[in-house]
Amino acid sequence: MSALPAGNPDPWAPLRPTTQARIGLGRAGMSLPTAAVLDLQSALAAARDAVHVPLDADALVANLAGLGLGDPVVLSSRAGDRSTYLRRPDLGRLPDGLDALAAGPWQVGIVIADGLSSRAVSDHAVEQVRALQAALDGLSIAPPVVVTQARVAIGDWIGQALGVETVLVLVGERPGLSVSDSLGIYLTHDPRPGRNDAERNCISNIHPPDGLGYATAAATAARLVHGARALGRSGVDLKDTAGAALPSGPDDPA
Amino acid sequence: MIATQSVNGRTYRFDSLVDLLAKATPRRSGDELAGCAAGSEAERSAAQWALAEVGLNTFLSETVVPYETDEVTRLILDRHDRAAFSPVSHLTVGGLRDWLLDAAARPDAASTLTALAPGLTPEMVAAVSKIMRNSDLIAVARACQVVTGFRTTVGLPGTLATRLQPNHPTDDLRGVAASILDGLLLGCGDAVIGINPAGDAPQVTADLASMMDEVRRRYEIPMQSCVLSHITTTIGLIEAGVPIDLVFQSIGGTEATNSAFGVSVGLLQEGYEAGLSLRRGTVGSNVMYFETGQGSSLSSEAHLGTGGRPVDQQTLEARAYGLAREFRPLLLNTVVGFIGPEYLYDGKQIIRAGLEDHFCGKLLGVPMGVDVCYTNHAEADFDDMDSLLVLLTAAGVNFVITVPGADDIMLGYQSLSYHDALVVRHALGLGCAPEFAEWLGRQGIADPDGTVRGLELGASGLRELTGSIR
Repeated sequence: MSALPAGNPDPWAPLRPTTQARIGLGRAGMSLPTAAVLDLQSALAAARDAVHVPLDADALVANLAGLGLGDPVVLSSRAGDRSTYLRRPDLGRLPDGLDALAAGPWQVGIVIADGLSSRAVSDHAVEQVRALQAALDGLSIAPPVVVTQARVAIGDWIGQALGVETVLVLVGERPGLSVSDSLGIYLTHDPRPGRNDAERNCISNIHPPDGLGYATAAATAARLVHGARALGRSGVDLKDTAGAALPSGPDDPA
Repeated sequence: MIATQSVNGRTYRFDSLVDLLAKATPRRSGDELAGCAAGSEAERSAAQWALAEVGLNTFLSETVVPYETDEVTRLILDRHDRAAFSPVSHLTVGGLRDWLLDAAARPDAASTLTALAPGLTPEMVAAVSKIMRNSDLIAVARACQVVTGFRTTVGLPGTLATRLQPNHPTDDLRGVAASILDGLLLGCGDAVIGINPAGDAPQVTADLASMMDEVRRRYEIPMQSCVLSHITTTIGLIEAGVPIDLVFQSIGGTEATNSAFGVSVGLLQEGYEAGLSLRRGTVGSNVMYFETGQGSSLSSEAHLGTGGRPVDQQTLEARAYGLAREFRPLLLNTVVGFIGPEYLYDGKQIIRAGLEDHFCGKLLGVPMGVDVCYTNHAEADFDDMDSLLVLLTAAGVNFVITVPGADDIMLGYQSLSYHDALVVRHALGLGCAPEFAEWLGRQGIADPDGTVRGLELGASGLRELTGSIR
């Protein structure tokens, strides 16, 4: 069969709500039917585009400037292009042109990194920063720093250069076939080069309307920032009911 | 060992076996990241010439990872079988390639290569693979037979088994069962039904294992199940009386890699003995399921060898097989494209690595399966996976991983679909494990002659499979 005959009920219908897995796709001979194959290609195209489409930093800066957090700064990592970025995670963790940043009397720094999905950043970063601004009311926030070809640990250098007590890195997460615009927030207290992933806390899967919403993510981030300030450190010792430290695997954009 | 080699009018120097092995390796991003790769194709070619001249005895006297500080090296060398080695002990790496291809072309190839396996070390096997083309890797691997059993027999000639991988982001039992049902109707699951749990709580593993055991008994399916939790979790559940078929663990090729995985040779032995103690297998007693993958050592900074130099990722991968074979596994799966483009950059590198891993494992006597897969940030696509599947099937791979519609919604990567297994079995005339084939025949999923055709849900007696699951 290549498609369900019109008017025939889908026998898989009662099971589909139990999983997003691509079950009950039907068959054309031994193979996937046309619609299922083309659907996979479309999902793959979206995921691949999310990885390879460069971040439109100018548009992002223009929108961030309207938030009143000061003039955003744009940096790049030492991975000069996407191909280098994907092959050399070490270069993606090192900033280029760090002397463009000056230290100030801020408590929190916000770094926006394209990571593995520029779409996640284009679609969600500005609104997420706005929500963080509201949730972190009472704490001073440095002008946002946008970094391209960047991995999470680049925030350690930037946070140190800004002189902030806690840095939040908003990063595009590795795209899957079902979701290609997922944003993550990594929190590091007392940021400095050499911090490891066990010293960070992560809020992942931010992609409303299907994933975590901005306000919820910001509220969690605010609780973690206050928790880290009280504890004096972030990472595995810092717990929150809405988000715990996640160890980083080789596929994470750390 | 110091070697020099001239190619095209230029002379290259290689100052250790570690250096030579790395530079002779076909190009891949992980070795470039580690800083051990050849600097040019000419240097790589020179290294391959020089490696071909190295005597196999050198691998017994010059270690790639020091004996004193690495228990994997100690295991490999202490268990080396000199008698089995004797037919090839006089050969160089280049001579071994010719010997293997000659042996593979003879009618008694399978018994010859089985007898040789304990005489080869992982480093010898890795070395010879580096001077073999893809077709060489296929020709020799195809001649190897590594047959294992639990409730099904895996690895028989003329068969291709599948792991049915019904992962779910919240470990929802009905959602997992729905993916199991889908796979069974398409003839998958004869190697194992194996779940990567999203949660790491032992209760999650216990619930999943119990559910699969209930399905197995209710429908009298000749199958084995596995929840891919840490071995300490599995040992604890065995002690608690949870129905565990296979004992799973990820392993690597150095002691430091295994430390990063939280295991040691001693702990693996403990898990092996715990699995054996249950005596749940019916047609065999292979109880271990291992997973490996090129790049795992580098990703945990556990890739340094003799002289503090980085060892290439393919040699370290072969060492993981040397460790695995001590525990007579039912299955070993190299998760070849999962780890990301910083280790295997594109479809070409993934395909090459999949064939190397399969060859090295089979030659060492390991029942090799491959997760034919990729991530969305690698330069690869479904066509690359189709190619690798056909190449591996030609090479006689024991099993491959299959998920609904090729999309693993929990791990966020693409593997093969259940349909892909159907297609390649049909195109190349392969059946599945005989015990499972018989069950598929009774269910109407396979023809009486064993041809797997699949069955629509509405026509199947399995349609109530998820009904009793909470």
